[in-house]
Amino acid sequence: MTAHVWETALVQFVLDEAKALNEGRYEDWLALFAHDGCYWVPLNGERQADPVNHASIAYEDTVLLAIRVRRIGNPRAHSMAPGVSSLHVVQQPRVDAPDAQDGEYRVTTPFVYVELKGERQLLLAGTWRHRLRAQNDSLRIVQKRVDLLNASAPHEAIHLFP
Amino acid sequence: MKLPSPVSGELVRPDSVHRAAYISAELFELERRRLFAATWSFVAHASQLPEAGDFVTLDLAGQPLIVLRQPDGNIAVLFNRCAHKGTQLLTSASGNTGRMLRCPYHAWTYRLDGKPLGVPFKADYEGTRLPQCEAGQGVARVGAVEVYRDFVFVRIAGQGPSLRDYFGDALQWVDNMVDRSPTGRLEVAGGVIRNTIRCNWKIYLENVNDTVHPVSTHESAGKAARSVWDEQPAGAPPPMAVEQLLPFASSYEFFARMDAEVYANGHSALGVSFSSHSGYGLPPGYEESLVQAHGQERAQQILGSAPQNVVLYPSLCIKSSPLAVRVIRPLAVDRTLVEAWSFRAVGAPDALLQQALSYNRLVFSPMSIVAHDDIHLFESIQRALHADGNDWVSLHRGFSADELRGGSMHCKGTNELLMRNQFRAWAAHVGSPE
Repeated sequence: MTAHVWETALVQFVLDEAKALNEGRYEDWLALFAHDGCYWVPLNGERQADPVNHASIAYEDTVLLAIRVRRIGNPRAHSMAPGVSSLHVVQQPRVDAPDAQDGEYRVTTPFVYVELKGERQLLLAGTWRHRLRAQNDSLRIVQKRVDLLNASAPHEAIHLFP
Repeated sequence: MKLPSPVSGELVRPDSVHRAAYISAELFELERRRLFAATWSFVAHASQLPEAGDFVTLDLAGQPLIVLRQPDGNIAVLFNRCAHKGTQLLTSASGNTGRMLRCPYHAWTYRLDGKPLGVPFKADYEGTRLPQCEAGQGVARVGAVEVYRDFVFVRIAGQGPSLRDYFGDALQWVDNMVDRSPTGRLEVAGGVIRNTIRCNWKIYLENVNDTVHPVSTHESAGKAARSVWDEQPAGAPPPMAVEQLLPFASSYEFFARMDAEVYANGHSALGVSFSSHSGYGLPPGYEESLVQAHGQERAQQILGSAPQNVVLYPSLCIKSSPLAVRVIRPLAVDRTLVEAWSFRAVGAPDALLQQALSYNRLVFSPMSIVAHDDIHLFESIQRALHADGNDWVSLHRGFSADELRGGSMHCKGTNELLMRNQFRAWAAHVGSPE
């Protein structure tokens, strides 16, 4: 496979991931993560280096993400009433490290996130930083880091996945 | 709704509370002055201010404050308002202001204790009344500041009870947290998670002591955690995050048996017999280091008690294990800021700090699947209490006329005495003329 094809595949992967989230296909989204993958929303946005000895808004392995997705489907997930949906408007993903020296590819994607709960709209903006790994002819997320522009501000509840 | 008089019986019955307490902007103004200004509120931790000139700023129930380390090592708390025209002297959340405070607007300067230093055009003030007027006195200071084991508290009002008289027996739980450090010292660490919630602050604070809500409110989170974990390969010990989430699926019986204590002035400790925090594993060597530092008896006493929540009314909620503290800041009658602070026990393994950070992230973050259901219901209450037809909120569970004697009392973990006790303190303050 040439580098050019890989770059296209990496970009397409991120766009497809956004589509799964926008369509509320959370089980499909979960399947995009590697078994050791994680989803990280640092409390200090792009300035934060450490997920373990510093607070984060979210830092979840696939077990915690599975709990999150399982709960969304529970009719007694009260906060999901009267319906919560989201839209990620993403800029063209930029492939930062297409040659995968450490077996991982890095893709950076600025986004605007709108979450709708009932009639109340929440607006967030930031940058996705994906670390992706090729695995059995497909790509998997090793880490999806979500650097919010206003990460350290007080937030109202964020119900889905910016 | 006709606003009842803030006199106690009209707003707070022995077993119920008038809805105006949560939705009346007029009462919110009264409680800012008569409760928040008259009692002791947590403002900062001394570890945030190691050097002279170090400061943090905050809004305490509508009062902009600066907490500032002095050259003599003491901590002063000033109103964040230039004596001249009212500019905020400091606008960052934290930093170091150097050897003096200087207003960015007209360059009036002050010593770190707020006393006036200088003004431009000094000659033009000669013969004026400035030295006699308020503006000539420098930056105003709060009524009283006391530091208890590095937790900094203020009383805005000049007169009132001392910190020890106000918190009384509840301070033992600050000790229980601080003494988890073999050196007897905590440090704020890892950043503060902040949430804004569209509800009255009391709805949040009552819920801290509400042990009957998890079964129904957190059913979806507890069940999801249980079912996903049950699908994992058997035999593995649950990771910290799962260990912290599974108790949200606990039974009514579990919460009833954990027991509670209430203290004068609205304070409480829930889970004095055991709590969902009792079962956390200890890092290797930690227990031994506590025994060495504090002796066998005290070490067992500390590790044997990990209350579900301790409330130092009205601003602070403590989980001594996992070293996590929530700070409640009323912003408006229907808007509250909730901060989740994590602490490092100096001299103890970082695993304890990681427990605090993990707990705050899982349970008190804006993305917490546990908090989501709470917040949804708090905001629902805030809207629904505008309904006419029933002016009263019920706090009858476990009521007994004996409790009206006040003071320290023991009860089941599911008794609403903990909330009634808060409201008795509230009514005593809000019903007192200024």
